[in-house]
Amino acid sequence: MQHDQRLLEDTDRILARNNHDANALIAILQDVQRKVGYLPIDSLRRIAETLRVPLSRVYAVATFYKAFKLKPAGRHIVKICLGTACHIKGGGEIMRAMETELNVKPEEATPDGRFSYEAVRCVGCCGLAPVIMVDESFHGKVGAKDVKQVLAKYS
Amino acid sequence: MDRFRTHCLVCTGTGCVSNGAFEVKRALEEELKRRGLEHEVQVVGTGCNGFCERGPVMLVQPEGVFYQQLRVEDVPNLVEEHFLKGRPVNDLMYAPTKKDETVPLMRDIGFFKDQVLVALRNRGRIDPEVIEDYVGHDGYAALEKVLTEMTPEDVLGEMKKSGLRGRGGAGFPTGLKWEFCRRATGHPKYIICNGDEGDPGAFMDRSILEADPHSVLEGMAIGAYAIGAEHGILYVRDEYPLAIKRVEIAIGQARNLGLLGSDILGTGFSFDARVVRGGGAFVCGEETALMASIEGREGRPRFRPPFPAEKGVWGKPTNINNVETWANVAPIISRGAEWFASMGTETSKGTKIFSLVGTVNNSGLVEVPMGITIRKIVFDIGGGIPGGRAFKAVQIGGPSGGCIPAELQDTIIDYESLARTGAIMGSGGLVVMDERTCMVDVARYFLEFTQSESCGKCTFCRIGTKRMMEVLTRICEGKGEPSDIALLEDLAVRIRDSSLCALGQTAPNPVLTTLKYFRHEYDAHIQEKRCPSHVCAALLVYGIDPDKCTGCTLCARVCPVNAITGERKQVHTINQALCIKCGQCYTACRFDAITRE
Ligand SMILES: Cc1cc2nc3c(=O)[nH]c(=O)nc-3n(C[C@H](O)[C@H](O)[C@H](O)COP(=O)(O)O)c2cc1C
Ligand code: FES
Repeated sequence: MQHDQRLLEDTDRILARNNHDANALIAILQDVQRKVGYLPIDSLRRIAETLRVPLSRVYAVATFYKAFKLKPAGRHIVKICLGTACHIKGGGEIMRAMETELNVKPEEATPDGRFSYEAVRCVGCCGLAPVIMVDESFHGKVGAKDVKQVLAKYS
Repeated sequence: MDRFRTHCLVCTGTGCVSNGAFEVKRALEEELKRRGLEHEVQVVGTGCNGFCERGPVMLVQPEGVFYQQLRVEDVPNLVEEHFLKGRPVNDLMYAPTKKDETVPLMRDIGFFKDQVLVALRNRGRIDPEVIEDYVGHDGYAALEKVLTEMTPEDVLGEMKKSGLRGRGGAGFPTGLKWEFCRRATGHPKYIICNGDEGDPGAFMDRSILEADPHSVLEGMAIGAYAIGAEHGILYVRDEYPLAIKRVEIAIGQARNLGLLGSDILGTGFSFDARVVRGGGAFVCGEETALMASIEGREGRPRFRPPFPAEKGVWGKPTNINNVETWANVAPIISRGAEWFASMGTETSKGTKIFSLVGTVNNSGLVEVPMGITIRKIVFDIGGGIPGGRAFKAVQIGGPSGGCIPAELQDTIIDYESLARTGAIMGSGGLVVMDERTCMVDVARYFLEFTQSESCGKCTFCRIGTKRMMEVLTRICEGKGEPSDIALLEDLAVRIRDSSLCALGQTAPNPVLTTLKYFRHEYDAHIQEKRCPSHVCAALLVYGIDPDKCTGCTLCARVCPVNAITGERKQVHTINQALCIKCGQCYTACRFDAITRE
């Protein structure tokens, strides 16, 4: 209950910061996701009510853009680049190694809540391909062999 | 204020930072201080220098000595030798390969020598978070010139004369586009900078915004004056947090100096800009989808006309240009349309930035004059293919582009020449591929991309790309039929002709160009069930080289289906009937004993 209360307060603060402007819906969702890690349904309801737009519209936007998540992610988010440069330099093998290593589906948190992982397209570091990103930091020129070692740096 | 005798320009672009540029910069500052040189040598963190491959990199000015692959451990010796004793350190300089002599000066390095910097004019020279640095390199002089000496019509005339064409993909003449918006009725007018950068293999827009945000803001202010717009929006991908931060800092600084806001430079002209963060969908790079996204809706393209110049964001006249297009504006005004038009070919003027990536020795961001050949980019600037392997193709234009084979490497960079090969200029992704890249797999890769990025509005784009992807996947798995080629060609025409926006219209290009130039690779997959480049997993056969196998048992332990057997310290074998070709043994083996054919 208390947790829910905090979520709604956070959502309200973000709405206020964006001047309760329905044009800023995407920015509002981005801010909530940054704060909470994903978009909880209660938060989406609150946004729809406050902005006076149908929940269906909020939901449509939240599901149209790939960056939005409706489920909680792990403490650390691993992004495996599968942009063109990374693809031809073996990004796919890293993805498979990550699947084996973490043993959950993409975008699902590991049972210990430490990681979730997903494929992304080009993180703008193609000179260092293949690239994986953990949270905000980049790891360039990695191979499938290095996956364990990179993950070991995060607890 | 200190007068520094030397400047160390340390690249703090994303690539170098991931290799420890900040640590190197900090170590350098501390060491200089320890040696009492902090008032003589200034350390500046710049935006991306372009040569990400060799990061962290640093340029020492005024000599022009270029250091690369710097590590914190190198710093004490570097400071002692170079800055105290005046002896540049050979070991930290660039050499094409380990066997070659080092090249001390940046201007002599092949990667930089053939580049001509217009849009990237300030890269690696200025601190992007300090407006005085930009102003110190002639920044905002072009804006001052248009506001005090030119009428909006003069600006339009100059832009048209320069021959600048849009760098976001389609190559529409910029001056003409501005003129449409100027003539449109409606108030207020908007201008937009498209920083969505969707091509998965291009990062020039990110780099410009991170390394020189004022160059874009100045271009937009000039455009706003010519068009009669008051509001500017920079739409930047949310995945580019550093770019967003630097643009926001730049906007704040420009406002403080009265270069943005009302009554700019006391001329009565008003223009302000703000950032909108993109939601992260490839299709949002398309102009009408982008405007829907700015309005807070799903980014789905709509039918044109009406064009944005008549009815754009919130139904108002809007002019939209790409980041690189905007960055070209100020130099055209300062140095004149003739100067700009003197570079390039009959139909394509100026320069173009490419992200030169893939299997090439020197990868990074390069700005080259239009009219240069693909060969020159790959071999002179890029330094050729690593390991002496054979050059196979370049992919230009991303998901809308195509693969140009090595035989056509003398094709020049120009909108029309590239289109004749079946590729497009696009936004500037240039991915080099060697003999180890499978062209069917590349085609499948792009179709998977467009298929997942289709917004779903047009049936042929939504379902047709999916069918194409399925056929390509089937071929890569060795289950292709000879009739699949005709099916792909048929689908390609239908998707191209029945899609509303260029996402669908151009989605078949990667397939059509690979079919045109690499038909033999499709045939090998379909008829011989063989992947000539050893890429397609299902068509590979794994084996164990008895001469290299030490019997360490690692492969047998990682094999998920127990297909590998053998005694400790004895040569192991793979049971082909059980093998699922996952490649885990290949990755795990420490003796290169697993073979893959
Ligand atoms: C699917 C699709 C994606 C696009 N992505 C981008 C992009 O990421 N960046 C961009 O500047 N233009 C992109 N464009 C082109 C824009 O629609 C528009 O033509 C361009 O921003 C105009 O600017 P320019 O004239 O300066 O090139 C895309 C077009 C399509 C159809
Ligand atoms: S393709 Fe991976 S960073 Fe660009």
